[in-house]
Amino acid sequence: MKFRSPLVRAKGLGAAKSGVDHWLAQRVAAVALVPLVIWFVIGLIGQVGADYESVKAWVGRPVNAVLLILLLGTMFHHAQLGMQVIYEDYIHTNWLKIASIYLTKFAAYLLAVGASFAVLKVALGG
Amino acid sequence: MQSENRPLSPHLQIYKPQWTWVPSILYRISGGALAVGSLLLVYWLIALASGPDAFATAQGLLGSLIGRIILFGLTLALCYHLLGGIRHLFWDAGLGFHVPTAERWAKLTVAGAIVLAVLIWIVAYAVKGAA
Repeated sequence: MKFRSPLVRAKGLGAAKSGVDHWLAQRVAAVALVPLVIWFVIGLIGQVGADYESVKAWVGRPVNAVLLILLLGTMFHHAQLGMQVIYEDYIHTNWLKIASIYLTKFAAYLLAVGASFAVLKVALGG
Repeated sequence: MQSENRPLSPHLQIYKPQWTWVPSILYRISGGALAVGSLLLVYWLIALASGPDAFATAQGLLGSLIGRIILFGLTLALCYHLLGGIRHLFWDAGLGFHVPTAERWAKLTVAGAIVLAVLIWIVAYAVKGAA
């Protein structure tokens, strides 16, 4: 099927003119999340029934704190990209769609930074 | 921009449930559920950083019956979204589009997610019992 001109094919732009970066960013985050999530679930199972001090010690261990912050950043990045696609598919009122997308992005990064700060506070004993 | 009287494609409830589209919409729903559920992880970490009292409150809420039901639902959503996500990566590579193959992997993904989620909770309760 050669409906596209050589110029368009070379530039790699479809009708939407963009979207490949979004698609790719979501998948790169997804691949990174596979080991992070498996590590997190195993780590969390180890803390079931543990008291405040031992959970604090686990979260505060340098390797765990670093991986937790990476998990939070990657997870919320992936989540806001995914929610954007859902809004784009189902919300047909333009201003509401745009508002939902950007409010979700702001909220995602607020939550990621807030939770990461909590991890740092535990790790560094502020 | 909504034009009048344009033909609409049938909505989901018109279609017979099939092993192609049902897992597909479940994949999206599980992703949305996890996005909302991520609030609990943020709350739990902030409670931990806030001190023993706040952490005890968080543990009490998450450990209550309703808390456990929500957490089990999130475990199921996580397992399904993880396995389904790996399936999507195969599709992105152009593999597994043959309908019988897609249906077989759909069934394996659903079954695998349920088995994995139950297994995680069995191990978690075993760890709790040993603690």
